[in-house]
Amino acid sequence: MATSRWEHFDHGADIGVRGIGATREAAFEQLAMAMTAVITDPVGVRPAEAVELRCDAADDEVLAVDWLNALVYEMATRRMLFGRFDVSIGADGLRAVAWGEPVDRRRHRPAVEVKGATYTALRVGKQADGTWLAQCIVDV
Amino acid sequence: MDRTLLTRVGECEWRIEPHGPMRVPGILYATEALIDDMDAKVYEQVVNVATLPGIERASYAMPDAHWGYGFPIGGVAAFDPSRGGVVSAGGVGFDISCGVRALHTGLNVHEVAPIAQALADELARAIPAGVGSEGRLHLDDAEMDAMLAGGARWAVDRGYGVTADLERVEERGCMAGARPDEVSPHAKRRQRDEMGTLGSGNHYLEVQRVAEVFDPQTAVVFGLQVDDVVVSIHCGSRGLGHQIGTEFLKQMVAGAPASGIVLPDRELACAPIESPLGQAYLGAMRAGINCALANRQIITHLTRLAFADLAPRAVLPLLYDVSHNTCKVEEHVMDGVTKRLFVHRKGATRALGPGHPDLPAALRPTGQPVLIGGTMGTMSYVLVGAAESEARSLGSSCHGAGRAMSRHQALRKWRGRQVVNDLAARGVIVRSPSMRGIAEEAPGAYKDVTAVVDAAGKAGLSRKVARLEPLVCIKG
Repeated sequence: MATSRWEHFDHGADIGVRGIGATREAAFEQLAMAMTAVITDPVGVRPAEAVELRCDAADDEVLAVDWLNALVYEMATRRMLFGRFDVSIGADGLRAVAWGEPVDRRRHRPAVEVKGATYTALRVGKQADGTWLAQCIVDV
Repeated sequence: MDRTLLTRVGECEWRIEPHGPMRVPGILYATEALIDDMDAKVYEQVVNVATLPGIERASYAMPDAHWGYGFPIGGVAAFDPSRGGVVSAGGVGFDISCGVRALHTGLNVHEVAPIAQALADELARAIPAGVGSEGRLHLDDAEMDAMLAGGARWAVDRGYGVTADLERVEERGCMAGARPDEVSPHAKRRQRDEMGTLGSGNHYLEVQRVAEVFDPQTAVVFGLQVDDVVVSIHCGSRGLGHQIGTEFLKQMVAGAPASGIVLPDRELACAPIESPLGQAYLGAMRAGINCALANRQIITHLTRLAFADLAPRAVLPLLYDVSHNTCKVEEHVMDGVTKRLFVHRKGATRALGPGHPDLPAALRPTGQPVLIGGTMGTMSYVLVGAAESEARSLGSSCHGAGRAMSRHQALRKWRGRQVVNDLAARGVIVRSPSMRGIAEEAPGAYKDVTAVVDAAGKAGLSRKVARLEPLVCIKG
């Protein structure tokens, strides 16, 4: 199984998103891919435009929620979808570039809008096998 | 949920005795079958809410309760500010003032049948829905603030509807105490192009027929008879409400320790009502309520235009408009003393009984219409607030069916196109930009709404007035 991957997990009314990667940054990138996959197949999102994002939080878990919420905001206000991410995390918080394109309703067939990321089932940390995991439930 | 954790008090009433840090009991209204089906997390969340400072009487769960964020969805709790009571962003929810509005059409099913396809096309064209959709109205900063302060009243002043509409909206269409200045620039930016949009997920606009009347006397007052056609709109405060919820949740999580609040779950984040953060949230949340009321008012206007083109005889006055994600200041009698309480209803509908002074004169003899959304393939209900609801649940009832399975399970089980075809075979026309969205919202993914409203009836929260069946469903 690839080190970097994303997956969904079940939640009663909403959806759990999970990113796994060799580093914390890679896990955050995969987490964002998992969120896009709630809306559409990320493979179908062309990396036509780059958007820079920054966020800061007291700990890794709140940072993961902030990261997703920053993307939710950019998706909503720019009416874009993102399919590629480059995340770096340093002393001054998270900096990222997200690549994507305007929503094309015929091609992307977006299933549902993500309202926001939540603190439910929120976890960020290194697993026993050395990989990083980041996850939470997103409200749709 | 494990029934052995509960004390059965009546056929549809169960109690969680106070234990540990619980300040009040938990009270759940449901049949034995609904309790058995209820998520174990509901128990945990009802208990957690009961530990919050200043909670009065009980932490309640309605018959449709399911696992929510901090509060259960279907949760009701009232807090007394004079006893350190709190306001909780999670207790209101991300989609502030999400609710249901029902409109009469003045038409019957025989008049609508020949134009149903055209009506579906026209409504789908006229009402922006789904991801990436944009409203036709774009607000500048001054208009945004005016909308956040004025709610549906603002919309009517701008020509979206008539003054008579406001009488049939909770708070007469305008939530007092809104503070547009407490709503962040981000939240306003997110809403700038979203007025008059339906959203996605479980939100919808449906043309429905009255399929059955249970309480003829009340139905006459509500203006409903079998084969009448009505329109129901389910949506909320769109991007603005979500952004307010997200931002204040984070601030409340950070601020809780300084207020001496121990949070058993971060999603339960709250602030004392009498604190700057609590007051700021209340001001912003009330602005969010106004946004939802304005949004449903604009969609009402668009619906009327769509009908006017195809059925010039149609008139579409409001039956009523309810919100099921709110925190409102209300007076309730606690042990003989009238108290001013902050009542959270998260996925719960206010259900005022007969004679309540907040009801418009025409509805005062019957009680408040309680509008319950079902699924696109089955049915919705119009209920009426029961006289006992005040004593039972602080004047509250259920809000919908609740999901029986996750979106993933639904996707594995159904294909959107097949769902649309099956519904078409049963006379329900569905329009949606997303077939995957349709599969995720398949009727079978929801619990039986009839079991929920019957339990609400047996529990004395509300009574059934009429059952509605969809003819046309516009999904986001």
